Amino acid sequence: MAVAGWNEADAREIIARLAPIEGALLPILHALQDEFGYVDAAADEMIADALNISRAEVFGAIAFYHDFRRAPAGRRVVKICRAEACQANGCEQLITELRARHGLAPDETSNDRLTIETVYCLGNCALGPAALVDGELVARLDADRLAKICDGGSIEDAQVAAGASA
Amino acid sequence: MSAPVRVFVPKDAAASSLGADAVVRALVAATHERGVAVEIVRTGSRGMLWLEPLVEVETAQGRIAYGPVAPRDVASLLDAGLLSGGAHRLSHGVVDKMDWMVRQSRVTFARVGAIDPLSLSDYRAHGGLRGLERALRMSGADIVEAVKQSGLRGRGGAGFPTGVKWKTVLDAAAPQKYVVCNADEGDSGTFADRMLMEGDPFLLIEGMAIAGLAVGATKGYVYIRSEYPHAFRAMSDAIDVARKAGVLGASVLGCGRAFDMEARLGAGAYICGEETSLLESLEGKRGVVRAKPPLPALEGLFGKPTIVNNVLSLAAVPTIVADGAQAYAEYGVGRSRGTLPFQLAGNVKRGGLVELAFGATLRDVIEGFGGGTRSGRPIRAVQVGGPLGAYLPASQLDAPLDYEAFAAIGAMLGHGGIVVFDDTVDMAAQARFAFEFCAKESCGKCTPCRIGAVRGAETVGRIVAGIEREKNLVVLDDLNKLMTDASLCAMGGLTPMPVMSALRHFPEDFRRAPQRQAAE
Repeated sequence: MAVAGWNEADAREIIARLAPIEGALLPILHALQDEFGYVDAAADEMIADALNISRAEVFGAIAFYHDFRRAPAGRRVVKICRAEACQANGCEQLITELRARHGLAPDETSNDRLTIETVYCLGNCALGPAALVDGELVARLDADRLAKICDGGSIEDAQVAAGASA
Repeated sequence: MSAPVRVFVPKDAAASSLGADAVVRALVAATHERGVAVEIVRTGSRGMLWLEPLVEVETAQGRIAYGPVAPRDVASLLDAGLLSGGAHRLSHGVVDKMDWMVRQSRVTFARVGAIDPLSLSDYRAHGGLRGLERALRMSGADIVEAVKQSGLRGRGGAGFPTGVKWKTVLDAAAPQKYVVCNADEGDSGTFADRMLMEGDPFLLIEGMAIAGLAVGATKGYVYIRSEYPHAFRAMSDAIDVARKAGVLGASVLGCGRAFDMEARLGAGAYICGEETSLLESLEGKRGVVRAKPPLPALEGLFGKPTIVNNVLSLAAVPTIVADGAQAYAEYGVGRSRGTLPFQLAGNVKRGGLVELAFGATLRDVIEGFGGGTRSGRPIRAVQVGGPLGAYLPASQLDAPLDYEAFAAIGAMLGHGGIVVFDDTVDMAAQARFAFEFCAKESCGKCTPCRIGAVRGAETVGRIVAGIEREKNLVVLDDLNKLMTDASLCAMGGLTPMPVMSALRHFPEDFRRAPQRQAAE
């Protein structure tokens, strides 16, 4: 996902555009994160002013929802499903492998190249283990395909390989 | 030149996750190279997920299905006469005659996989909008009565009678009412809402418009979890199409009454599938559960009377209104009327979506449709109804799938998710996970859930590690009772269900010789 760096003028415009709608806070936070890759702390006060709520309420929402980031993510974002249906197909072994072979752990390490996050269910429960990679769904992950994805490999190659693994 | 042959390829996220988009590109390139005219239609998925990408070709005999198709198969498929339904090792014959399809009662999912999800004319041609057109000629009270008579119960999991909820909203006097669709399908093992929104979004729009007309609500929101970016795009696009066509807006289908709606994105919080937490989230707050009463039907979104229904509940409504309550109620058994789209998931050979009348057995679904485990090992446990549902042993596979029968065995149908585990599963680990999940996703408002989940995970850890095992089993039992009785919502209240079922059916997993790494 190509995202621009934080820019106060653009942020102000996004906030002003969405502020009038009902229940604007989540749409604003999503729009800021889509634009900049994260929600900069400088946005809190701007949002609070626009919506006439306290900064604490803005901060509280950002902290409550798993989606919102306070710093940019890596260029590749891999959200690995660790819910029951994917557990039944060995997602935890993939996590163990990531840790052992690549020194990567979900939700802990994030560098400018790669972010790995845990999610609970992507709705691909008949075809697990599943992951959402830069917003695209990948099925039937194995250690090899996951490693290639983490190295920045083609998402479509991983999808086609999953299809061929039937 | 003859008319182009119509070729159907799902755009469903699950099909894409197996390379459907690459198959489309390969098809376009190969047919262009051969100089043959094809029209590729992107559809939803039929639900035969193990056969995805499933390509269908329109022929005089019907639509012939091929799958799973990889890009490298395209040349040999075209050589074999794909475009006239030619024989090929990947052919399954006419899709409507496939075993998986004929053994279902596809009511809600009748169009999913068959039509272009964003074509309103396709939708109409396949029976869409009949319900809304009929509703326009009915009073609100008559619509509500039809929903009541159909016996429809909330498909999100709680099973509350939909018509009763609607009646409460109808009878509430307020200048503004809302219809909120709960599309925060967070339960592992469920994907019916996702498939419906991607495969037949107009059905949900029609259901919400009928709900709005019935109770006098002019505004609707469909709250979709952010883990479903494809469904969010499909739903948003369909809403735009419906608005341009006058299905939504100031005068629904020219009737002079208004109903409009928009799609809103969640932000990765499981608890927002709980209706009051969802309303808080829609209002732009932390998704913290509200105490009930007041019921959302009386004081819901922004304090106004609000219908909050699951995707599948609202999607059942157009059929009920169009064909009559009686026709819908003829499906099912006892107090479980109609159909439920079951989702077969986990370690299963043929996973996917199976819409059946209530009353079929788990075995029908898991063995008859699913063909057993993908690993080929014996089934050991089946979790029905999401992360808060019970784990059932293989000996209970003959349980009939209806709300009451499941309640009687200490389980629940929930949203119809069925997750299969083979004999390598460690049920103590699954029980511990249930608590860990609750600890991570609890909104934190009530103590039994917030603290209980953490204590539960610790206690299972001690039991597995062999630390004062008998005493800790008593603690665990006590904790389960407390969470069940004293939690504010189903998150804390039902987390004990998977735990207690694991303890009851698989006690040996909690009494193994301790392993060192299993300790805290």
